[in-house]
Amino acid sequence: MHVVVCIKQVPNTTQVRINPETNTLIRDGVESIINPFDMYAIEEGIRLREKFGGKVTVISMGPPQADQALKEAISMGCDEAILITDRAFAGSDTWATSYVLSQAIKKIKDFNVILCGKQASDGDTAQVGPGISTHLDIPQVTYVKKIEEISEKSARVERMMEEGFEIIEIPLPCLFTVVKEINEPRLPSLKGKMKAKKAEIPKWSAEDLNCDFDKIGLDGSPTRVVKIFTPTPRKGGEILKGDTKEIVDRLASELKNEC
Amino acid sequence: MSHLLTDEQKMIKDLCRQIAREKIQPVAAEYDEKEEFPWPIVKILAESDICGIYIPEAYGGMGGGILELAIATEELSWGCGGISLAFAATGLGTFPIILFGNDEQKKKYLPRIAKGTIAAFCITEAEAGSDAGSIKTTAVKDGDHYILNGTKQWITNGGEAEIYTVIAMTDKNKGARGATAFVVEKGTKGLDFGKKEKKLGIRGSATREVIFTDCKIPKENMLSKQGMGFIVAMKTFDYSRPGVAAQALGIAQRALDEAVKYSHERKQFGQFISSFQGIQFMLADMAIQVEAARAMVYRAARIIDSGAKDISKLSAIAKTFASDVAMKVTTDAVQVFGGYGYMREYPVEKLMRDAKITQIYEGTNQIQRSIIAAHLIKELKKK
Repeated sequence: MHVVVCIKQVPNTTQVRINPETNTLIRDGVESIINPFDMYAIEEGIRLREKFGGKVTVISMGPPQADQALKEAISMGCDEAILITDRAFAGSDTWATSYVLSQAIKKIKDFNVILCGKQASDGDTAQVGPGISTHLDIPQVTYVKKIEEISEKSARVERMMEEGFEIIEIPLPCLFTVVKEINEPRLPSLKGKMKAKKAEIPKWSAEDLNCDFDKIGLDGSPTRVVKIFTPTPRKGGEILKGDTKEIVDRLASELKNEC
Repeated sequence: MSHLLTDEQKMIKDLCRQIAREKIQPVAAEYDEKEEFPWPIVKILAESDICGIYIPEAYGGMGGGILELAIATEELSWGCGGISLAFAATGLGTFPIILFGNDEQKKKYLPRIAKGTIAAFCITEAEAGSDAGSIKTTAVKDGDHYILNGTKQWITNGGEAEIYTVIAMTDKNKGARGATAFVVEKGTKGLDFGKKEKKLGIRGSATREVIFTDCKIPKENMLSKQGMGFIVAMKTFDYSRPGVAAQALGIAQRALDEAVKYSHERKQFGQFISSFQGIQFMLADMAIQVEAARAMVYRAARIIDSGAKDISKLSAIAKTFASDVAMKVTTDAVQVFGGYGYMREYPVEKLMRDAKITQIYEGTNQIQRSIIAAHLIKELKKK
């Protein structure tokens, strides 16, 4: 079984700060990590290989330093890694990004399953996984919490819902985005770390992927970010005290004024 | 600080620190309280290739030496000095096989240990502690077998380990030269385990009696030759003492880290206690001692790894110094924490309890000093 895992390098912070003038993320001095949700995708990919044989290829689109995230994936046990990097990709939104990743997967060709984390911890869109399957015209299941059965032809998975879960049967090749309930990611191994240190990670450019240049980068991105801002913190509510009739009257008039 | 480590050694340090922080530290207090054996952690260590660090590559290990073992032990002990023993005391039980086993024995046992099988070393008895020469467990030859009888005491990993290296008397009349080393596997008829000891510290580690009752083992399980038992034991200790020193070092480093952190959280008289010189000097003295211990442990390990022959003195010095440092530094950490340090809710009283054993086992620090002095006198006579 050939599993392709798509990962993203993100800043290691839950408190992302935004530059108020440029409305962009402040990345200076923030350590980069693999998007936490992608760790579950990596782990599930390795588990599928351990069970069925084959290999796990991990890919990432990002700047050259994203090779560190790919090396970490190798240290956990992924077999191969490819970095998709090109200045022409800069400014890509989720549509353009999923197009580029789908082009890379087309180049990889023989795959059975694509795994993604449910969303990235920086953008939180959860759109790239579904976008890839759309570009590749293959079926997808999002929010997978368990792969119950899987063969070369089809899979049966549990899809996390707000209350309970759905059981979905799906033909392969297909794409899953996974949630943290699916497994517990392993730590790297010493042999994996040594392999990662030596690993030469191939870099694929827009040209290598035969990308349509109208579909990538800022120009190829239909999304326009109008404004990013830090919402002002909510003020605490007011508790009315006193005689019941009086405070009911006040509450009613305040509510009327607010509307 | 790099401590002049190679890339590979840094990888070991980083990975073991990650395991200590993410997997060991969060459960350390629970294992201490419940006195359970940390099997889930052993599984993680095995999957991360840590169990095979010091085992030759030809036998499924990573081919590291004493320094690699010491670095791993130090970092794991930073997480918990008790839990790390599942790994470190397996090293003690494994060295007799690495140092004295024949190729067949190494092939049989070492790959399993590299994959996470626990080992234990059995020498101590009720009346043979520091005076290891007075052990009473016997091994009597019976055709192609040996029959073992006797009770070993305070065996770290006892009952949990699959592989036991045992020192027993094959000829009582010959004294120290009448001892022989054997490997006994769990499941062998006549091998039983006594009660699990309740201890002051290192409570995440199992300590039990190992009892032999007409325990019949094939003669192929003998390590080295008949009568070599004490040489096997003494050489093993020469190699394993830097491991105890590293355990002490990890505990001491943790105590220093906790004390520095707390001193910058705790306010008295309107300011952080780290602003008081009385606290600052304590922290500085702790740091000096920890750094000196590290220099000594790493140096001893490097010299052993270089293939030096006469390593007993150096090994004993490192063990004694690092364990005395651990006791002093953990005691001072409790002092920095004041009343809070005395409470189990805070992590430092456990460090103090865990540190104490490092001054006692694998030869008390008094025995270490005897070894050191004996070497000084021997060296004088050579001059």
